[in-house]
Amino acid sequence: MSTTTKRASGPKRAGGSRRPSGPPADEPRPGRDHRLEVLRQMLLIRRFEERCVELYSAAEIRGFVHLYIGEEAVAVGVGQALREEDAVVSTYREHGHALARGVPSDAVMAEMFGKVTGCSRGRGGSMHLFDAERRFYGGNAIVAGGLPLAAGLALADRMRGTERVTCCFFGDGAYAEGEFHETANLAALWQLPLLLVCENNLYAMGTSLAREHAQTNLAMRAASYGMPAWTVDGMDVTAVEAVARRAADSVRSGGGPHFLEARTYRFRAHSMYDPDRYRSKDEIARWKARDPLVELEQRMRAEGILDDPATKRLEEDVTSEIDAAVRSAGAAPYEPVADLLRFVTSTTGSTR
Amino acid sequence: MNTRQSAGTAEATRTTYREALREGLREALRQDDRVFLMGEDVGRYGGCFGVSLGLLEEFGPDRIRDTPLSESAFVGAGIGAALGGMRPVVEIMTVNFSLLALDQIMNNAATLLHMSGGQLNVPIVIRMTTGAGRQLAAQHSHSLEGWYAHIPGIRVLTPATLDDARHMLAAALADPDPVLLFEHGSLYNAEGVLDGTIDAVGLDSASVRRPGTDVSVITYGGSLPKALAAAETLAEDGISAEVVDLRSLRPLDDATVLESVARTHRAVIVDEGWRSGSISAEVMARITEQSFYELDAPLRRVCSQEVPMPYARQLEEAALPQPASIVAAARKAVA
Repeated sequence: MSTTTKRASGPKRAGGSRRPSGPPADEPRPGRDHRLEVLRQMLLIRRFEERCVELYSAAEIRGFVHLYIGEEAVAVGVGQALREEDAVVSTYREHGHALARGVPSDAVMAEMFGKVTGCSRGRGGSMHLFDAERRFYGGNAIVAGGLPLAAGLALADRMRGTERVTCCFFGDGAYAEGEFHETANLAALWQLPLLLVCENNLYAMGTSLAREHAQTNLAMRAASYGMPAWTVDGMDVTAVEAVARRAADSVRSGGGPHFLEARTYRFRAHSMYDPDRYRSKDEIARWKARDPLVELEQRMRAEGILDDPATKRLEEDVTSEIDAAVRSAGAAPYEPVADLLRFVTSTTGSTR
Repeated sequence: MNTRQSAGTAEATRTTYREALREGLREALRQDDRVFLMGEDVGRYGGCFGVSLGLLEEFGPDRIRDTPLSESAFVGAGIGAALGGMRPVVEIMTVNFSLLALDQIMNNAATLLHMSGGQLNVPIVIRMTTGAGRQLAAQHSHSLEGWYAHIPGIRVLTPATLDDARHMLAAALADPDPVLLFEHGSLYNAEGVLDGTIDAVGLDSASVRRPGTDVSVITYGGSLPKALAAAETLAEDGISAEVVDLRSLRPLDDATVLESVARTHRAVIVDEGWRSGSISAEVMARITEQSFYELDAPLRRVCSQEVPMPYARQLEEAALPQPASIVAAARKAVA
């Protein structure tokens, strides 16, 4: 096992690189535009979810809603390493993964509203976002249930001889499930093009890592399956991007499955129903001091590629996108109840 | 092993249920590059029950894929491969083991199409052995296909004849949705003549395997030979039993069942599953809902005794539907 904490705060490259294919794949793309895009994506996720909280209080959104706030650097950092043709399998805390994958924010918001224009036609809700066109395969609310599925997507790619990568997000809770261990073994045994990204936010709902794992060094255990396994600071988007690129490129070039543990923290409770009695205020405050958005902003300011007007523009841009998403979700129709039984099977009207 | 017989049509072939299944697999693998078989010991071992014997040599280890003993991972991988454009056939050794993969079958395969608002099809076929009769005791012998038939979004097939064993797979693979195929363990060695004039079967209809006028015996899978044997015995007593093979437990073909009941006005349902909450209960409910006034006698059923399947032969036999118990139930129905 090697522990990667590579920080690419160093070399500033001249903007407008003449190399058509960009920088070497194991380095984040430098440059102001790329950094701004990363920041914009993280900000969009943050503001989107903050709006979801408001809309939940206003009873526009119901059901379970699991917020990703605090963990944005993982979805966005890993997302930079993936290509359009790659696949993503996610969990029930997946608003960030979906938005980072490019699922339109209005389709995600409409899904939260339960509208027919939602990315799952209102049949999934917060926990089950899907977008086949962008190869975003959900939205799995059985902890670890997405892992075997991701292995299968990777198997299909391998059997068909493509160079695609399947990226599967899951948490430290899933790591305790048999499905994680079965999948890790299968993927390593068959050398599947699978990128396993464990978002270790230290809690499986209310149970802390130390209370659920006899050995809490997750990367070391993953390495024992015979795959490269690295740990990265999940609050540092630049570090996440760097290690994810290295891993994804290796997976893509036939290196078999790779495991990344991103150490992160959710700033909010597990779900809207969670009174959060199991974490101390001090602990939460310590992690909030490492807010990935604030860290990125500060770094960009220090590097001279972000200033107040640019921040303001970003905020306005993101706010107007979310406003539009909320407006269109509010105005969109519900699926008629007459269509309740659609999509149970492919044959409309089937009794199955 | 396939002995071509000159008797009957030129195409008629003497074969077994096992070989018929294998031929179905072989044909599917030959016709479609996307089709592959995976499961525990399907390759070098030749399949736990010998169904895939010889396929590894013909199609290679990429398409006849031995898996680790991890039902959840390889069934889930089959689902993922189906999403990724393949046409996987996944073999699970027995229905009892399929419970280790129930999460994937229920929460992913059966659910993804609906949960994604129609975006994701899961064209997977999952084959498994079901049923008792071989003294394999309480963890290899149960008939849980009725449980699976409870789940919307999947098709549940129970081939009971050589023709269905031979041809159901092709139809299952043509279905864009998940199909579960239950092979009764006591049928693998069943011998007979494959009807060479049949080159495809449908999946939606039940089938009348023996016409009759006095009582409908409605069954499926491994109980079909028992029901047919019972019908022979009943015929000797002058009772004409019509034997209906459900073939598919989801969807259930109500029409064929109700038509049969409309002819006989009496019915016995034979189901190797346990009685409580069983598919037999579902069949009875549908008859009473839709054909209550056709009935001249209370519906009856013959199910497995509500006990984990015991090892000892006499106990196992007593736990299962048998021709004699079917005969007794039919006699009561026509009394």
